[in-house]
Amino acid sequence: MIHATRHPAASASPNGAVDAPVLMAVDHATKYYKTQTGAVHALEDLSLQIREGEFVCILGPSGCGKSTLLWAMSGLHDLTSGQVVLHGAPVTAPRPEIGMIFQDANLLPWRNLWQNIMFPFEIKKLDPKPFEPRIHQLLKEVGLAGFEKKMPRELSGGMQQRASIVRCLSYDPGVILMDEPFGALDAFTRDEMNLLIQRLWMDTGKTIIFVTHNVSEAIFLADQVVVLTPRPGRLAHIFPIDLPRPRTVEMTFEPDFIHLVREIKMTIETGRYAPLAKVGRAAAQG
Amino acid sequence: MASELRETIPTFGEQGGEETQEVSLTNWSALTNTGLSASWRDTGIIALVAVIIILAAEVAVRTLNIPSYILPAPSAIGKALFTRFPDLFWPHMQVTLIELLSGFAIGASIGLIFAAVITQFPLVEKIVTPYILLLVTTPMIALVPLLILVFGFTLTPRIIAVALASGPMVMINSATGFRRTDLARIALARSYGASTFQIFTKIRFPLALPMIIVGLMVGAIFGLLTAVGAEMVGGKNGLGNQLMFWSSMVKMENFYAIILLLALMGVTIYVIFYWIGKKWASWQA
Ligand SMILES: Nc1ncnc2c1ncn2[C@@H]1O[C@H](COP(=O)(O)OP(=O)(O)OP(=O)(O)O)[C@@H](O)[C@H]1O
Ligand SMILES: [Mg+2]
Repeated sequence: MIHATRHPAASASPNGAVDAPVLMAVDHATKYYKTQTGAVHALEDLSLQIREGEFVCILGPSGCGKSTLLWAMSGLHDLTSGQVVLHGAPVTAPRPEIGMIFQDANLLPWRNLWQNIMFPFEIKKLDPKPFEPRIHQLLKEVGLAGFEKKMPRELSGGMQQRASIVRCLSYDPGVILMDEPFGALDAFTRDEMNLLIQRLWMDTGKTIIFVTHNVSEAIFLADQVVVLTPRPGRLAHIFPIDLPRPRTVEMTFEPDFIHLVREIKMTIETGRYAPLAKVGRAAAQG
Repeated sequence: MASELRETIPTFGEQGGEETQEVSLTNWSALTNTGLSASWRDTGIIALVAVIIILAAEVAVRTLNIPSYILPAPSAIGKALFTRFPDLFWPHMQVTLIELLSGFAIGASIGLIFAAVITQFPLVEKIVTPYILLLVTTPMIALVPLLILVFGFTLTPRIIAVALASGPMVMINSATGFRRTDLARIALARSYGASTFQIFTKIRFPLALPMIIVGLMVGAIFGLLTAVGAEMVGGKNGLGNQLMFWSSMVKMENFYAIILLLALMGVTIYVIFYWIGKKWASWQA
């Protein structure tokens, strides 16, 4: 246990955030990029609500505007119209309660692991002392204890990504945005990282918004899977996922899970939701 | 600058290849594998080869009767160097060192600040770069007669020449470093709320540092060349002046002793920046 703020009842129930207050809202988000060859329409009238303590996965085909959405949520860039609201106030610049984890680990190559973790503290001019026991605990949990003096190039891709997770959690942001954090990892490392993220989330009760284009990863992690249409990204459908937690890799082979994968894949292909007959279960019963 | 970054989502993992070929002049990790970090056995062999070369020169000079105004025996040069260093060479070496250090300090700081500022304004950079190139390629020794006309036979014209030789070198290399923009790392810093100044000190500067160190090294060596050249053109002291003096007196063992001192200064510059590079720039090798 790192930070047992999560409501005991909430962590016991599979979809604990259902009656939590809305923390973040995306409100009619539209984004055009200006380019030399004309405007690129990346997002169209997308609205979305995220409750406190919820794990939301944003899923969509490549180039549909997932990063665009996440960057707007983090305050790293503006929307053309619409807004992102956090704690009731519009997000217009990076906010201290938001932590971002990027697609590649994005460690600073000239700093060792420990100095990388200290980076947010330096920028925020925060005294790291009170956070240090927690950071050491986190490093131990992700299996990086003893690697503090190593330079990024001496670490494997998975280790770098774990380091970037520790860096993000170190200063205890309430909301964590992750942009395809495990896209570059192999399937085994990815499973391992997903288990780790689930555990950290269950222990800390943070709100996590996780972008991916991997359907089973999204189902495995999420309370809600938000599926976007191809560019310009619109909302295709929101799938509530009520599989029990903690979820295991074995669960991804079960009929319910596979049924969800099929439904979501169909939704991505057609751009809208249509319920599918549960062939998996019928076959198992017959 | 900040507004242009806001619109661009960086592509990740593409910097690798380009970075390594950018710093080709000084590859810190390649250097690690050469002479300086050799084992004791290797060091012994290297020293042995040097001794053999010197002995061979000594024998050749003696047996082939090479006139001492072309190449004195190594032993004579060594003797001149060690016995006359305090009274004949050290005072002049001090002069050269003062010119080099003050000229380099002035030139390098101006070059560095100039590079940092100018790379923030692409248009200004485009306008200024041809003139900087002109300064880099023009041998600054050529200006010394003019500078002497203005400042007389003092240290000032030589210090200015050293600054003019090293500054543009530092500037052009540092600018290459500051021009690197790592959008992913800048976005990371911005996600923590970094100011433009913090992005400069925490991201842009460390990113530029390997190129800055290369620039400082090359600039210092250019400075040494220019200092000696300027002393040869006009001056009453300094090692360059002494080279002219001893060769006119046909006292070649003193002449060669000074050459050795200059070589030693050059190598020292190299070694200093090599260690700085190893400490601060080895991350990208
Ligand atoms: N800075 C930019 N300038 C112009 N167009 C852009 C810019 N960034 C993204 N786009 C375009 O906007 C669209 C959405 O991009 P975005 O990066 O949000 O997609 P994505 O869903 O994250 O894709 P991926 O899964 O490949 O990361 C794409 O068509 C992309 O080409
Ligand atoms: Mg993306």
